[in-house]
Amino acid sequence: MSLYSSRRRTNVIATTLCWTGTIFGLSWLVLILGALIYEGARGLSLAVFTEMTPPPGSTGGLLNAIAGSLVMTVIGVLLGTPLGMLAGTYMAEYGRYSKLTMIVRFINDILLSAPSIVVGLFVYTVVVARVGHFSGIAGALALAVLVVPVVVRTTEDMLLLVPSPLREAAAALGLPRSHMLMRVAYRAAKSGIVTGVLLAIARVSGETAPLLFTSLNNQFWSTDLNAPVSSLPVVIFQFALSPYKDWQQLAWTGALLVTVAVLLLSITARALSSQGKYK
Amino acid sequence: MTAMPVVEAAIPTKVSVRDLDFFYGQSRALKSISLPLYTHRVTAFIGPSGCGKSTLLRILNRMYDLYPRQRAEGEVLLDGENILDPGIDLNLLRSRVGMVFQKPTPFPMSIYDNIAFGIRLYEKLSRSELDGRVEAALRGAALWDEVRDKLNSSGLGLSGGQQQRLCIARTVAIQPEVILFDEPCSALDPISTAKIEELIDELSERYTIAIVTHNMQQAARVSDFTAFMYLGDLVEFGETNNLFTAPHNKKTQDYITGRFG
Repeated sequence: MSLYSSRRRTNVIATTLCWTGTIFGLSWLVLILGALIYEGARGLSLAVFTEMTPPPGSTGGLLNAIAGSLVMTVIGVLLGTPLGMLAGTYMAEYGRYSKLTMIVRFINDILLSAPSIVVGLFVYTVVVARVGHFSGIAGALALAVLVVPVVVRTTEDMLLLVPSPLREAAAALGLPRSHMLMRVAYRAAKSGIVTGVLLAIARVSGETAPLLFTSLNNQFWSTDLNAPVSSLPVVIFQFALSPYKDWQQLAWTGALLVTVAVLLLSITARALSSQGKYK
Repeated sequence: MTAMPVVEAAIPTKVSVRDLDFFYGQSRALKSISLPLYTHRVTAFIGPSGCGKSTLLRILNRMYDLYPRQRAEGEVLLDGENILDPGIDLNLLRSRVGMVFQKPTPFPMSIYDNIAFGIRLYEKLSRSELDGRVEAALRGAALWDEVRDKLNSSGLGLSGGQQQRLCIARTVAIQPEVILFDEPCSALDPISTAKIEELIDELSERYTIAIVTHNMQQAARVSDFTAFMYLGDLVEFGETNNLFTAPHNKKTQDYITGRFG
């Protein structure tokens, strides 16, 4: 009987600890989100989406930063996704048992957890320093470097999840490997790979450090990707640190926009991955 | 140890396995196997788990080639041509030697496409010709009546037995010469099993068939010839009736009477 009651006591203590931990962790999250929504929503207006970043003391919006972020993220994802998918496909399909795959997987894992500022410095050294000026292209390249490892990892993982009898069944029909991949394996792994790409977008759309060294910032509307381009994270960084009240307000609003965008992407990714799974 | 078959000479041989050894890395899974598959007959491979019967089946369409460190030595002649020859076109071989697996493996696409898919690989057909071929394949697999109204819905939505017949239809659709069945009923209920067995019987009029099964009654029901294997050896091969009623080898007798395995 005493054995039973001591087990009960342990159970109560453990459950309490779990609850406390959860509440402690979640409350910070709620506080951060609450502050963000409270501060950010106050500055929301049409002007945010229609006007350029202003000089201190005058009104303005975030249009050039939003546009810059969108363009660089899209280019970064367009560059990084095919590369990552090809590498992931090689690792899961063609080189599944090769040494090269093990080496690539190891390096990819390092890249996956590498601080993004290192990637920024890398692109700075390779592109910005050589060309002699900051540019939107360099920013997109830095984001692409961040996209690649995420896509490599999810592509490989999702293709490895495709059951081997399905592969064998395709081979048994006399399908060349390329057909098996395009028509069967990718189809079965589709929702997982799309999820991975969405998560990669979510990850890079909030990156500041790599852009500080590459695309820098631009106060004006610019469609020239060979020149510095504005982006939301960098504008938030600059404006939030400034002493000007109106700049700080725009930084809050920008932060809210980025957060909402990432949240929507994550929810979409979650919804996609929970449905349409191949049994 | 290998008892060579004594069979009427009238039946032509489709596949002839000669002195076949198979290795998973260092371990030898098949030891000097020799046996024939007779044209338009059903040959069953039986034996306890690990005896090499699935391994033998997977050599007949070179399925083992998908995996590293597996190799076969000896000869497997399909119409006189050695399929173990490294120069052989594997995709062409597999279009001649189809395979149905233990678990149903419909592709993640519609019922229609599951079948049309394979046909399109080898032939350029008009839409109506293709429709006809798909219907013929589904009829051939005794599935047409159950799916004729939902050809465009996903193959994954069918029951296990229907999925397995879909896989058979898919295999038949590309008009192979030999069909390999790897325990095709072990994941199915008795009614589905009976349907598949009936189907195998019908298919044997047009195809040469090899089937691996754990179920001895099934082997007795569907096959014309039976090979009993044990620990990588072919212990006995013969006409199914003879092998089950009057086995020559003591081990065969013990196995079919359920004394081990």
